[in-house]
Amino acid sequence: MDFINAIILLLNYIVVPALSYGSQLALGAIFVTLIYGILRFANFATGDMMAFGTMFSVLLTWYFQSKGIGLGVLPTALLTIPFSIIMMILYMLIIDKLVFRYYRIKKSPPVQLAMVSIGVLFVTQAIVRIIIGPFDRRFLDGEKFILKAIEFKEMTGLNEGLTIKTTQVITIVVTVIVVSLLFWFLNKTRTGKSMRAYSDNEDLALLSGIDPNRVVMITWMIAGVLATIGGVLYGLDKSFKPFVYFNNMLPIFAAAIVGGIGNPFGAFLGGYVIAFAEIFITYAYKKFFMYLLPESLEPDSLMQLLSTDYKFAVSFSILVIVLLFRPTGIFKGKVL
Amino acid sequence: MAFFEGKGMTGGYGGVDIITSCTINVNQGEIVAILGPNGAGKSTAMKAMLGLLNLKSGTVAIDGQDISKLSPQDRVKRGISFVPQTRNVFTGLTVKENLEMGAFLRDEDLDKIINEIYELFPILDEKKSQIVGELSGGQRQQVALGRALMTKPSVLMLDEPTAGVSPIVMDELFNHILKVKKTNVAIIMVEQNAKQALSISDRGYVLVTGENKFEGSGKELLNDPEVRRSFLGA
Repeated sequence: MDFINAIILLLNYIVVPALSYGSQLALGAIFVTLIYGILRFANFATGDMMAFGTMFSVLLTWYFQSKGIGLGVLPTALLTIPFSIIMMILYMLIIDKLVFRYYRIKKSPPVQLAMVSIGVLFVTQAIVRIIIGPFDRRFLDGEKFILKAIEFKEMTGLNEGLTIKTTQVITIVVTVIVVSLLFWFLNKTRTGKSMRAYSDNEDLALLSGIDPNRVVMITWMIAGVLATIGGVLYGLDKSFKPFVYFNNMLPIFAAAIVGGIGNPFGAFLGGYVIAFAEIFITYAYKKFFMYLLPESLEPDSLMQLLSTDYKFAVSFSILVIVLLFRPTGIFKGKVL
Repeated sequence: MAFFEGKGMTGGYGGVDIITSCTINVNQGEIVAILGPNGAGKSTAMKAMLGLLNLKSGTVAIDGQDISKLSPQDRVKRGISFVPQTRNVFTGLTVKENLEMGAFLRDEDLDKIINEIYELFPILDEKKSQIVGELSGGQRQQVALGRALMTKPSVLMLDEPTAGVSPIVMDELFNHILKVKKTNVAIIMVEQNAKQALSISDRGYVLVTGENKFEGSGKELLNDPEVRRSFLGA
């Protein structure tokens, strides 16, 4: 019985949260990797672009709530996603036209484009703060739990409860759908294949008659979808605070690099690698050992490797280790 | 008037002219080899005909129409196909996807053209679902040729198609090029392996410092004592 309790404990505090956090990182990481593979620069504005899309979702959720429009047990925010995606894509295309396009035509080196994206980061951050402010917002409504700890305990008679939040299930389901659609698009459609071809060999793609402007436009559109959905899912699961989105850039980049930058499938798995690593290392295992060990051996300390305040240190360490020992990532990078 | 002709082409990258009033032409169903020592401007002449180089003077015409002002992409639409010397395949895509991308501009039934390419290069049919990065050098060159032929070009330009492959593979590739010639395509190739290239070519041009030095049929050039001494090493 104690053994099962210990397993439930890990499921509840590590596996379920890491799966949903990992999904959110995965969407961001695929966004980073697509931009890197096709537009050939590291987009430092990733986190803040996600905040930009989520901001519209928050505003529209408030508006819909005031009009009494909702989805019942599901969060109203789901209804706002399509509108937010449109705003996000518009913003990205405008930024591309005003800023990135100039450097692309000049064939600037990737480092310069990355610096330019830092400029875009500051501007986007400012716009978000002017429109919605820097505060922490919760915009989750509807049914909060699918499975409550108490219900689980009553059902199974165990000491430990298993909680499954609605947002966690929504996150995982939506991620699986979005990522499957994306891979289908990249591997099976003509446009998707032309994007992979463009990422693989730009000159030959031009000689084959692939229109670079179209590839770039579609890349931003897909990026807009990924950024908005990833951002909204994260915001629903935790909360929407622009600064936190900016910070999320580190685990997102770590995920993209661990998976092999330019490789969308690698980025997808990289999201989960980072999420599990962060939560595994910052979880306090005291109770887990209390279940497994005899009373005499019970640990006095929290049995926590690192405080949760240091969770970014975990992604950063993974990032550095991967770059030192396997710069192409776990999966071969730089191919789409 | 030849089918595809670059006439009096002069130009280079930046200030210095790499080719000076260089003239090259080819007819349909003919293989023309461009030969010459290193740095003679062979590849540059070919790139000028594709439009990858801005010409100071001279014209490029296909089928009597002047295309000197067109971009490389527009020239591709006019039926000119180019196989670069390096990075001439999409290494991360499968063989079949490479062929599909080659015909990105074509709307009609791709499967029919792809099957024609498979007939020309049977090995590609066998390996159609394999990632091109995993193929051998000779197989990759066949993918590159196949990709270029997907547009059903009237002119095919090959930049050192046999660079870095073994002599056996080289013979095989030349055989494939002869097969392509039989489909009434005009072929221009730049080659380092001058003797072998001339043996399958109808005509050849020898460029020296960007100018036409010798020209003639493959046999004439092979038998010309001066050409032999200077460029064929015998």
